[in-house]
Amino acid sequence: MTARRKTVASLLLALIGALAGCTSYFEIPIETPISPKLDISAFQRVLVAGFIAGGNDEVDGNLETVRLLRSQLRTKGNLRVIDAEALPLAEIAAQQTTDDAASATTAPPASPAETAADHPALPPIKEEKDLEAYEKVFSNVEYWKKIGEEHQNPLIVTGTVLFTSHERAGFVQREQEVYDSFGRRRVVPVRAYENRKGYILRPQFVFIDGRTGQTLHQETFREEILYSENTSTPALSSFFELMDRLLPTFLNTLSAQKIKGTRVLLK
Amino acid sequence: MSARATAAVLLLSLMTAGPAWADRRGDAKQQVEFGIQVAQRGLWREAIYRWERATQIDPSYAAAYNNLAVAYEHEGQLDKARAAYEKALEFEPNNTLIKQNFDLFKEINDRTKKDGR
Repeated sequence: MTARRKTVASLLLALIGALAGCTSYFEIPIETPISPKLDISAFQRVLVAGFIAGGNDEVDGNLETVRLLRSQLRTKGNLRVIDAEALPLAEIAAQQTTDDAASATTAPPASPAETAADHPALPPIKEEKDLEAYEKVFSNVEYWKKIGEEHQNPLIVTGTVLFTSHERAGFVQREQEVYDSFGRRRVVPVRAYENRKGYILRPQFVFIDGRTGQTLHQETFREEILYSENTSTPALSSFFELMDRLLPTFLNTLSAQKIKGTRVLLK
Repeated sequence: MSARATAAVLLLSLMTAGPAWADRRGDAKQQVEFGIQVAQRGLWREAIYRWERATQIDPSYAAAYNNLAVAYEHEGQLDKARAAYEKALEFEPNNTLIKQNFDLFKEINDRTKKDGR
């Protein structure tokens, strides 16, 4: 090594040393423990009963949600997950409405205008407002108490799942390669107006005490995904992608979670 | 007291306050640096002790409050973490690193408080 190189090397080392000495912050990984939202100490078992689902015909929102939540609770929850047939909850809700309407016709009506005609067959579930008529099933305490008795008084997880197609036009920013007159490549952000299509997932999770049939807690979510019009993404894969986003919050209702992150420590 | 005497007293107090403040900050900084070393080895409780000491020695040391907030977050003491971040920003409101930590903290904290979105 020549004397000049030695000088340069020692200067570089000194510079690195000085920089290290000046470092006044340090990144550090942390895990924040989050306590569960719901006290489930009274339960040993959980029954993911079934969901009132609708919106998209390509995905069976009831079966897919039941399967997904059961598998997540098996691996990440503390309760024993009950294996049972998923309840066809939309049909059950429709049946209960019909039964209520029938009993309303035999009993004297509360007002002259109230007849069975006020309870037509429930509408197919295409959008959020269609769900309202079905949601009465969650407040049917006797029904859930009976389900609870059949499965040794578990915590019951049920709710609604609306998965709908969605389109929206708007400005999108993307990166584009450009070459200047010298043939040099550059990547520049380009804004373009385009049609995008995707899906919206709106699940509502209802937690019911299997011993009493009473609702303990409920949570509503909304997740959306949009793709370029040329992209062809299967509905089921989008369904799981959207579900994946809200699963940590769902799981945090029942069990403590640790959220990994990075923070900066300062000198 | 004459104006000259008042000025002399003021000057004297300024001259003595500077070194005293520097001493306090120096002592607090030692605690903060040791806290960082132990936190990097996973000894968060010891780090909390050191950073609490630092804030007692120098109650205006923003870095010590920031670190304390991070440690409280790691221990799941979210109310204490929020208070410590707020204190850190009270002393250094334009510190982007503290702001960034606080924003990340709020994201988690909001998730625990909201019932879905």
